[in-house]
Amino acid sequence: MGQVTYVSFDGEQTVVDVPNGDNLMQAAIDNGISGILGDCGGGCACATCHCIVDDAWAAKTGEPDEIELDMLDGVVDPKPNSRLSCQITMSDELEGLVIHLPESQF
Amino acid sequence: MSETVVIIGAGQAGCDMTAALRQQGFDGRIVMIGEEPVLPYRRPPLSKAYLSDEMTEEQLYIKPASTYEKQNVEVITGVRVERIDRAAKNVTLANGEVIDYTKLAFCTGGHARRLPLPGAEKPNVHYVRTIADIEKLKAQFLPGKRLLIIGGGYIGLEAAAVGIKKELRVTLVEAMPRLLARVTGPELSEYYYCVHSAKGVDIKLGAGVDALEGGELVERVVLADGTRLEADVIIVGIGLIPNTELAEAAALEVDNGILVDQQCRSSDPDIFAAGDCANHDHGFLLRRMRLESVPNASEGARVIAATICGKEAVHNGAPWFWSDQYDLKLQMVGINQGYEEVVIRGSMEENSFSAFYLCGGVIISADTVNRPKDFMVAKKLVAGRVKADAATLSDESVELKSLIA
Ligand SMILES: Cc1cc2nc3c(=O)[nH]c(=O)nc-3n(C[C@H](O)[C@H](O)[C@H](O)COP(=O)(O)OP(=O)(O)OC[C@H]3O[C@@H](n4cnc5c(N)ncnc54)[C@H](O)[C@@H]3O)c2cc1C
Ligand code: FES
Repeated sequence: MGQVTYVSFDGEQTVVDVPNGDNLMQAAIDNGISGILGDCGGGCACATCHCIVDDAWAAKTGEPDEIELDMLDGVVDPKPNSRLSCQITMSDELEGLVIHLPESQF
Repeated sequence: MSETVVIIGAGQAGCDMTAALRQQGFDGRIVMIGEEPVLPYRRPPLSKAYLSDEMTEEQLYIKPASTYEKQNVEVITGVRVERIDRAAKNVTLANGEVIDYTKLAFCTGGHARRLPLPGAEKPNVHYVRTIADIEKLKAQFLPGKRLLIIGGGYIGLEAAAVGIKKELRVTLVEAMPRLLARVTGPELSEYYYCVHSAKGVDIKLGAGVDALEGGELVERVVLADGTRLEADVIIVGIGLIPNTELAEAAALEVDNGILVDQQCRSSDPDIFAAGDCANHDHGFLLRRMRLESVPNASEGARVIAATICGKEAVHNGAPWFWSDQYDLKLQMVGINQGYEEVVIRGSMEENSFSAFYLCGGVIISADTVNRPKDFMVAKKLVAGRVKADAATLSDESVELKSLIA
């Protein structure tokens, strides 16, 4: 279990407890965070769970795999730290993680 | 008077609507009533990771009970809504409870079309729609068993792929002359035929089923040409019937789904419908269509929530869908009905290609296999009704992205 801060496009911060092993799309849904949709349920098929990892954390969340990179290529306004939140799994290492949400998921 | 939104059906659309209503600022009462005994869950894994035992039931749930509590959403499971009184504006549940509404939403989904043959009720004939269906199926889904799948649509093909993975002996019969006939072009049908055959699925096309034979269990399936196929387990995947009985009884307009406008509103302005049960005036396709997909259910749910909250929203996204079979990631966008030309980009031999469907030069739809990048661009091309010619689309030295207007 660790805390993750979701920062909405307007700058509103929501801090939630995320159990280890859960992905950050699911954690957003579980906590009613708007701005993440997750239409494919975490299958890396929809890219409606786009988030931007805070610079300070980019190294810790690891690299997206090829499929994720390809999906990210087509999101609205991709950033260097863009990730699909369903592909980030919570772990002790990520305690305190901050992620930013885009203006729109499509 | 305070508002109450009552949602009939606790599935994908119902669940997404509860979240969207709160996110849009709705602060009235929300009651969601579902006939199944469990919380809303994701159905796509039922024919994929859940059938292959790679996912638990809890992992299917869209969210835990605590989330509904936090959002102050009342969820009633295991109870059917039996009646709607539009004049009194209330619904009556099977347990006798009566709940008043100011706005009502049908998110009732559909049920698997039954095989209309004697013997279809026997315990080794299965459907793939609910957790309960899969629990019953899993007990018989064992290595070495002869699995016979009736229907070569997505659900049948996904079940075939899991059957092979779980080492069953798989036969699939399809009445039409090709697989996926309703949803894709002949090129993709042929491709999936080759893939499944190579993996060991015995596929019989143009093979209608005439009869089921056996004792307590079905032991043989008799095809129209008289062929008898032995089977231990049978899966029937021949389509979905929308759950519209309640709407019909309440005299709402129904024609292959509850008829709704671009705001998902039915012929009664206080009653909405979304998901598999709704036949909507589609803002992108510019005609009526009943779609069966998660993105469609989710979008409809969000449109209803926005409309109830007095915001402008229309159901006008280009429809899209995905299907996983073996290690093939199929993603598709648009509806290819009426296409004049198919263009293949990439290589079927290497299991990495996209098929673009053109009508009057406009890209109306695309099927992509293991090409997520193409898929993301195709979504924009289809949504933008972009024109392209075959030579450009098939030329991999031209970046697909460069076609976006
Ligand atoms: C095996 C399978 C695989 C699939 N794979 C994919 C996929 O890969 N990609 C994709 O996009 N889509 C897929 N789909 C389709 C997708 O799951 C559906 O389109 C989606 O679930 C529709 O959501 P819905 O809310 O309309 O209906 P549902 O999720 O079916 O929910 C409707 C609920 O309403 C309840 N209900 C009905 N009548 C009443 C009543 N009178 N009172 C109370 N409750 C009632 C039902 O019991 C049901 O629980 C798949 C479906 C299946 C079955
Ligand atoms: S939830 Fe669909 S890609 Fe993350």
